[in-house]
Amino acid sequence: MRRSLFGRTWPNVIAVVLFVFFIFPVYWMVATSFKQDRDIISKTPVFLPLDGTLDHFTTAVNAPNFWTYVANSVTATVGAVLLSLVIATLASFAIARMKFRGRKAFVLVVMIAQMAPWEVMTIAVYMISRDNDMLNSLLPLTLFYMMMVLPFTIWTLRGFIAAVPKELEESAMVDGCTRTQAFVKVIFPLLAPGLMSTSLFGFITAWNEFPLVLILNKEEGKTLPLWLSSFKTAFGNDWGATMAASTMFAIPVLILFIFLQRKAVGGLTDGAVKG
Amino acid sequence: MAVHSERVQAPSPDAGEAVVDGTGTTVAGGGAGGAGPKRTRPPGAPGLGSRFAPYLLLLPATLATIALLGWPLVKTVLLSFQNLNRRQLVMHLTEWTGFDNYKEQLTDPDFWSVTGRTVVFTLVNVVLIMVGGTLVGLLLNHLGKRMRLALSISLLMAWAMPVVAATTVYTWLFDQQWGVVNWFLDQLGWHSMADYNWLSSQYSTFFVVILLIVWQSIPFVAFNMYAALTTIPKELYEAARMDGAGSGKIFSLVIFPNLKPFFLATTFLEVIWVFKSFTQVYAINGGGPENLTRTLPVHAFLEGSSGQHYGIGSAIAVLTILMLGALMAYYFRIMIKQEDEL
Repeated sequence: MRRSLFGRTWPNVIAVVLFVFFIFPVYWMVATSFKQDRDIISKTPVFLPLDGTLDHFTTAVNAPNFWTYVANSVTATVGAVLLSLVIATLASFAIARMKFRGRKAFVLVVMIAQMAPWEVMTIAVYMISRDNDMLNSLLPLTLFYMMMVLPFTIWTLRGFIAAVPKELEESAMVDGCTRTQAFVKVIFPLLAPGLMSTSLFGFITAWNEFPLVLILNKEEGKTLPLWLSSFKTAFGNDWGATMAASTMFAIPVLILFIFLQRKAVGGLTDGAVKG
Repeated sequence: MAVHSERVQAPSPDAGEAVVDGTGTTVAGGGAGGAGPKRTRPPGAPGLGSRFAPYLLLLPATLATIALLGWPLVKTVLLSFQNLNRRQLVMHLTEWTGFDNYKEQLTDPDFWSVTGRTVVFTLVNVVLIMVGGTLVGLLLNHLGKRMRLALSISLLMAWAMPVVAATTVYTWLFDQQWGVVNWFLDQLGWHSMADYNWLSSQYSTFFVVILLIVWQSIPFVAFNMYAALTTIPKELYEAARMDGAGSGKIFSLVIFPNLKPFFLATTFLEVIWVFKSFTQVYAINGGGPENLTRTLPVHAFLEGSSGQHYGIGSAIAVLTILMLGALMAYYFRIMIKQEDEL
């Protein structure tokens, strides 16, 4: 069957329009952050900043406490991800490889916990942290971020562990390994890619978290998302600096995501579609 | 996947969390009671250790869930029965008031208008996301290799954009004086928009918020739709075409029935994510102008935390959780029916 010229062209035309629609805000963020002020505050937008400047990045980096916020974000995020990896590896091994009473119930709790309405639980978390004298501290932030990413981590690792053929483990045991040794020596090395991508997703979630830190931490306890949202207010109309700040905040995530893309989509659909 | 997880989670950034399943199929087994080769322990002695092993492995996760998720949930309920304002907070007083907070909310027209608004807001978003995502997914399936890659990259960028960065960019795009959107509309000949303040009215604020959410959520649906489409055997299309079916018929007779579980699951995930979305609504315009763009999570936060009526905020939170709970119960019923491996 031959398709008409029209039939062959229209998907591409729509694709180009969609391409622009989806990428433009990201492009505009990066482009604005490199523009001279006169090109930002101009009645006709400049679409290609050819005489770029790094001034806005300097402004953003020199904003008060910038490095404190970076350190806060990194500490809370990395702490949360590492903790959740340890806890999740143990749990997901149990649900992927063992038969026991309560397994179904546990899996169900994991699935529900994944959708926990953190957005409306912030008041309670605030009260708990306050009662324990931990407002403006990184500890509650780290712990609750850990909990936010834990269900997802368990769920994904379960899939990775289940994908390791059981025979490998069994033959290790035949060769005299205990179950623990078999896990450490055989399964764990094979899990490395799984651990990698799972932890990167956890990292992205925690890195972006906003509602909880909004209520818990002020001043020096802020993380980057909170800083960014108040930056806009503090710097008023300095859109160049605001966009430079956004760019610095977003770039690590955008880069990670490109690497993760395949795993993200593949992992999701394997389960979603089998009907 | 991320949606934000907030995704994303999520996706958003929240998106990162979405997840309907892991990578493989689980064959539960491996018997804890010593089904494996028994070289390591004397036969007939099914060691205590191994019987309790799974529970031991689950212990840290269970404790964390109880302390860090269960307790805040219970605490939310407890707070909702208290009269807890600035005075009580500062003086550490606990004043129980029974159902007063709930009575106040349930008879408050404001609460009901926020609820109604949240429902409509969710519906509009989810319809746009599902229709848009499905169409983009179908388009991806239709494109040549190079165009598909280009479109995928731009979808990926929108999906991955951290929510707070995205809201910041959107306020800049829609800036009254220097925003590129107003300039563009002016160029198109809509001159009254040249100096339009998008955050000045309810509908235009919602327009920006919804555009932002839909922009970030479509990629998740589109990618999954595309991946799902590749699982439909080619013969089905051919057979349908031989029988003379057009594109519309192919969608309704071949694609939709095959992907029905996918549509159901994704729609529900989106409903839940959009219903509880906070960052976009809050960070674009703080629920304004005149509180007209408050949705339930933002309402709970503004009443509870900013207004320092923590008890009332918690009551709103509990009511929100109950609504979400109803949605989730329905979602899990579908999921459990599908996932025999659970």
